[in-house]
Amino acid sequence: MQSNAALEYDYTVAKLFTYTAILFGLIGMLIGTLIASQMAFPELNYLFGEYGTFSRLRPLHTNVVIFGFTVSGVFATFYYLGQRVLKVSMAESKFLMFIGKLQFVLYVILALGMVVSLLMGYSTSKEYAQMEWPLDLLTVVVWVLWGISIFGLIGIRREKSLYISLWYYIACFLGVAMLYLFNNMEVPTYLASGGLGSIMHSVSMYSGTNDALVQWWWGHNAVAFVFTVPIVAMIYYFLPKESGQAIYSYKLSLLSFWGLMFVYLWAGSHHLLYSTVPDWMQTMGSVFSVVLILPSWGSAINMLLTMKGEWNQLTENPLIKFMVLASTFYMLSTLEGPIQAIKSVNAIAHFTDWIPGHVHDGVLGWVAFMIMSGLFHMAPRMYKREIYSKKLMEAQFWIQTTAVVLYFTSMWIAGITQGMMWRAVDEYGNLMYSFIDTVAVLHPYYAIRALAGVLYVTGFVMFAYNMIKTMSSSRELTEEPQFRSPMA
Amino acid sequence: MDIRNLQGYASFFMTIFLVIFLYGYIIHLYRSEKKGEKDYEKYGNIALDDEIDSTPVESGSEHQSEKRGAK
Repeated sequence: MQSNAALEYDYTVAKLFTYTAILFGLIGMLIGTLIASQMAFPELNYLFGEYGTFSRLRPLHTNVVIFGFTVSGVFATFYYLGQRVLKVSMAESKFLMFIGKLQFVLYVILALGMVVSLLMGYSTSKEYAQMEWPLDLLTVVVWVLWGISIFGLIGIRREKSLYISLWYYIACFLGVAMLYLFNNMEVPTYLASGGLGSIMHSVSMYSGTNDALVQWWWGHNAVAFVFTVPIVAMIYYFLPKESGQAIYSYKLSLLSFWGLMFVYLWAGSHHLLYSTVPDWMQTMGSVFSVVLILPSWGSAINMLLTMKGEWNQLTENPLIKFMVLASTFYMLSTLEGPIQAIKSVNAIAHFTDWIPGHVHDGVLGWVAFMIMSGLFHMAPRMYKREIYSKKLMEAQFWIQTTAVVLYFTSMWIAGITQGMMWRAVDEYGNLMYSFIDTVAVLHPYYAIRALAGVLYVTGFVMFAYNMIKTMSSSRELTEEPQFRSPMA
Repeated sequence: MDIRNLQGYASFFMTIFLVIFLYGYIIHLYRSEKKGEKDYEKYGNIALDDEIDSTPVESGSEHQSEKRGAK
């Protein structure tokens, strides 16, 4: 066992994905802020000709923050903590190291292809699945490589039991693989027609209502298996490790896992309430969405109880602050979602700004907070330097928290106002308002949302600066911190 | 009975099955801990004690790690 004494975890691949997470986070959030501003001030649509219009940039925003920022964060944290909880180093297998690096290279090519093709206007028009068929094929390759890394590391592990975080990463891998394949079954029209039209174009293999159903089976589970499952994986590792407290109840984490797996897959049809899908399926979507509160809160409460007796850390360590608030926003978001999925509430909420409001308290407050705090926790261990500035982190926390609150409150008000105005009828049953009346009323809330975007991006720039300074010029550490991350 | 009705019933009975399965799982977790067959809470330490040379909470194949060590 002598060679093991000198063996260290190898963070090469984790570092590479950390860089893309920072880069794509910045790009995606900047575009998001621009399109939020376009909603308030439409003249901003004409800054870059056709490439700067809302319709071109909106899919770019969602794809870059989901598949650029979040998925990079998922890969980075997996390549970091996957080794640690399995007690095996990437350096022990040349094959796995090669697969990890190959995955990164292909991922960057895919990301560039996605950005360019969406900007050029190539799109399948399916939400969160806009990439055209050549990129879909490349996505499958990147994903399979990740699978090889996951199961390859598991194959050479020293720790026999798989820690709960790994269960969630495996679920992310399998869930996305299955749903992505089903939803992206498409026919390239150029090839099928013997050379007509654009080589990039394709049509879905499903039609009409079936297409909508498969689309939202995927669409909602992109939320489940990209925005929830791997982020839960992160908090189950980073919060206990940063605080030095084991998970409050490991049994509850197992139970919540299976609960989430069983229930989440069937909630997607709540996106199609009051549409042409079978009525029982709409009801099932509502019911499963409400039941989803239980496993979601199971995980979130488990995290909050992990801090039991150690709440002083909340005031002392800004990283704990980020993670506890992330967990709290997870609770808020997973209560709000089921409420919106109740049919009578949905009659008001559907198609309104309350929906992006809901999405963003989840993604800004839960997903991005958790990824940023995960990367902050990893930085001193990966670069063997303390975190550059605690003060900067504190300031970032408050600026971004203010941003999230401004975002979702303005969208709550805007959404409910919109929903009520669309439904309002006079004593003769005529609609009281035309569409443009609602637009005029909503203007201040759209302006507040744009401001929230500016604040959040400002916080993200502070995060990026803090990370870059940590990597390059922060004080060097002589030994790896066991729990709390050292910061200047 | 047409296919849509069948799908509806299939969905209903699948839900019932999953509920029974989940409750069964809870009972299994608590019962095996009570009988002393398993200690689930010790797995929480995997995250806390995660140095590459620290003792695994549950050792994998000794043979495998020895083989690697000998390389």
